[in-house]
Amino acid sequence: MPLLEAKGLTRRFGGLIAVNDFNIELGEREMVALIGPNGAGKTTVFNLVSGFYQPSEGAITINGRDTRGMRPHQVTSLGVARTFQGIRLWGEMTVLDNIRVSQHYRAGYSLLDCFLRTKKYMIREKEIERVAWELLEAMELKEYALELPRNLSYGLQRRVEIARAMSLKPSLLLLDEPAAGLNSADVEGLIKLVRWIHDTFPVTIWMIEHQMKVVMSLCTRIKVVDFGATIADGTPEEIQNNPAVIKAYLGDDTI
Amino acid sequence: MAGTSGSPPALFFFKRTTTLWPSPNRPTGHCPKGRAVQPARQGPIAQPQGKVSPVEFFQHILNALQFGSFYALIALGYTLVYGVLRLINFAHGDIFMVGAYIAYFVAVLLLGGEGMHGLGLSPALTLAITVPVTMILTSLVGVTLERTMYRPLRRKGADRLYVVITALMAGLMLENGNLALLGASRKSFPELMEKVVWTFGGVSVTNLKVVVIVAAIVVFVLLEFIVTKTKIGMAMRGISYDKFAIPLMGIPLDTIIVVTFILGSSMAGLAGILYAMSYPILEPYMGALIGWKAFIAAVVGGIGDIRGAIVGGFLLGFIEIGVVAVFPSTLRDLFAFSVLLGILWLKPTGLFGVAQTTKI
Amino acid sequence: MQKHTFTISLFAGIFLLTVLAQFGVINQYLVSVIMLMGVNIILSTSLNLVNGYMGEFSCGHGGFMCVGAYVSSVVTVLCFSKNHILGAPLLPPSLALLAFPLALAAGAAVAAVAGLVVAIPSFKTRGDYLAIITLAANYIVISAIDNMEIIGGPRGFMGMNATVNGMEGLLDIPWMLLWVLSGTVFTVWLLRRFVSSTLGKGVPAIAQDEIAAEIMSVDTNRMKLIAFMLSSGLAGLAGGLFAHILGYVNPHSFDIMKSTEVMVMVYLGGMGSLSGATLSAILFTVLLEVLRPLEIWKWVVIPLLLILLMQFRPEGIMGNKELSDLFPKLKKYYSFK
Repeated sequence: MPLLEAKGLTRRFGGLIAVNDFNIELGEREMVALIGPNGAGKTTVFNLVSGFYQPSEGAITINGRDTRGMRPHQVTSLGVARTFQGIRLWGEMTVLDNIRVSQHYRAGYSLLDCFLRTKKYMIREKEIERVAWELLEAMELKEYALELPRNLSYGLQRRVEIARAMSLKPSLLLLDEPAAGLNSADVEGLIKLVRWIHDTFPVTIWMIEHQMKVVMSLCTRIKVVDFGATIADGTPEEIQNNPAVIKAYLGDDTI
Repeated sequence: MAGTSGSPPALFFFKRTTTLWPSPNRPTGHCPKGRAVQPARQGPIAQPQGKVSPVEFFQHILNALQFGSFYALIALGYTLVYGVLRLINFAHGDIFMVGAYIAYFVAVLLLGGEGMHGLGLSPALTLAITVPVTMILTSLVGVTLERTMYRPLRRKGADRLYVVITALMAGLMLENGNLALLGASRKSFPELMEKVVWTFGGVSVTNLKVVVIVAAIVVFVLLEFIVTKTKIGMAMRGISYDKFAIPLMGIPLDTIIVVTFILGSSMAGLAGILYAMSYPILEPYMGALIGWKAFIAAVVGGIGDIRGAIVGGFLLGFIEIGVVAVFPSTLRDLFAFSVLLGILWLKPTGLFGVAQTTKI
Repeated sequence: MQKHTFTISLFAGIFLLTVLAQFGVINQYLVSVIMLMGVNIILSTSLNLVNGYMGEFSCGHGGFMCVGAYVSSVVTVLCFSKNHILGAPLLPPSLALLAFPLALAAGAAVAAVAGLVVAIPSFKTRGDYLAIITLAANYIVISAIDNMEIIGGPRGFMGMNATVNGMEGLLDIPWMLLWVLSGTVFTVWLLRRFVSSTLGKGVPAIAQDEIAAEIMSVDTNRMKLIAFMLSSGLAGLAGGLFAHILGYVNPHSFDIMKSTEVMVMVYLGGMGSLSGATLSAILFTVLLEVLRPLEIWKWVVIPLLLILLMQFRPEGIMGNKELSDLFPKLKKYYSFK
């Protein structure tokens, strides 16, 4: 059973077709890229998969479960986590708290437990904190745990965001332009980080990215969209030489 | 109040309820106002609650239009400022109150009264001078508020919330400052316009009512023109979309904002004087409830949109009159707020409002 | 031992105050000021949950206070006072001590349910629109009570003294002081536990980025529900206590002016700071008393103070920090996280 399956996924906004008959199947531990020119509908696909938009047509199944009608936090609890194009960390909370809060669904205790500080509450909170510290340690963010995100460099904030997504222990990680705004040193660091995550955790990574360096060095499969429709799908080598892809990005010779 | 023909219609307005603000009364079928021409044969037309005759119905419509005009005029001020600054100017209702009081003092100064000799001008002349003077002075109050309190916060890039709180506090200061300075005694507005009553088949219309309704319509037309056809009007609309592009049009941001406040506040001043003429008892908290209601009306109509303010204002007028016609008048506010709340539940952005979507 | 210093000193303080009040060392006026402080702390901290932590703009807190005040008052009056609804009291005065907290709880519960009126629209809208809904809700509550002649309508409702007398009949100590202080401690304790937990931290997450919160597994609707109902429920508790301190309630004491007072306290203290809300409630109560001779000018000075605050220190006294952030050494003295 594939981890993620999208069949005939379509999303319209009024007269605009943002995503048109998108199909994909993702298996375990894959590393796949979604590329295309700006405005091609890539983030919309992510929004559909993570439950923020409902599809106009088509279906999404995650681990066999149909996600139509689910609210985002429900989709998340199925094992999907994502990062955003801009950094969407919670600015007034420490890095540690950012990682704690994203484990909200694992809180699992009732309000009463919270008030009375029952055993159940204590155990759960300890677990949440343990996971948070472990993750911070593993991603080399431990020293920044009590900092506010705005005091960190952009590259570090990106890393915190990815750590936050990972704290959900997802089986599918959606990275929306993770390298955007990073300088070349940070991009190297990012590539290393993503590779490390992929090797260490049983997670499929699906990323939207413009920087070909990142895509080519990490991904085994690339899907190309333009104007909401798929125009190519294959290995990095196949994509690099695909005329349709070249045309989409660079235009062709005809005027 | 049976058949008081020839009695000054002003008597009608002194029938006060326990609430602080005059309730849009039961239709004048109960109290045939000075029908100078026809003999007062009828007694008070006591309609059983819930049953409305055609005559009463049209009377209701007129009252609703009149009251709606006040709400509309005040709502316009809220909506203009919100459309330009995304700020709920909570002090606006109190600017309306200030306008009414300014009108009072100017009128008394010109006309004489309250034990003062004044300049002894005729009522008509007083009216002619008071209206523009009130509007100008009230807009000054609004602009002063903007310059001293809102602008410094804008300069600092302060969070919108802080400006809203400042507005709320400014309103409180105006109300209680008035109470502290002028005392709790209510002021009664002198009569500036001789009441002329026209009757059409049982429905009586005063010239004042007509003036109020016409004023609201004229103002609306004027504002629509300004906002759609003039450069500054278009700049006003543009600001809410892109603050930084506007100065490129050649008009500084501050000027646009000042113009917005001038327009909004002078409208509130106009509403103030018209209201004072219609319900001549002034007291410091008169702006509070009307202000809140006008604000809710503006939101229900879709805040930021001039048509929304007008529609919302008149809608509120109709709801209130409708409620009072059928139910005891103490339920008026309850129903009005409930209906407005209901509309917002169903259409949270208001009738003319456009939902703002966030892009992820 | 050191860890529990705070808790111990807190209870010692309450005990001390009660004793001093009992023997008239602190006069009745001071006692009533302290009780008012307690009520204000409950109001301020509960509104802070919604306006501070959750970043909403609720202008109708007075309405929930009103609901709690009336519900608990009607319950106690029916039970212990001769009234014109049922005639004779239902219960003997000896049960007053037992029934009173139940009546308070009833008031808080009904107020919490009333909070649904605001909570449910908050699922779809935020900010300015929600502000209006809270405003309208406040007016609707007052209007509704104005129209309920059976509980006095606009003239107000009284008879709660009988309940207090009943309690004092059992043991002659200043019961209301004790109840208010207990209620205050309870409120702050409850809220503190909530906001320091991961569950509670979902609330500021919604404020700071709702979309991220939703996608990061926070059930935003559930959190909003909890926050609003907790906030309005505690306001109801404050209302119930307030009503029984005065022995009389009038719907118009809970109008927009009351809501504004509470907002002043919240913004003065700093949004998102529990200690800030507590401190500012105390400060504000004192300020009201100190400025009392100014009479109506009081209500010109206070808004002016807040305007100046917005100009020069909009984040309030504490910003969004707690006392323990400013004075880390304090952490040694209390054991709750």
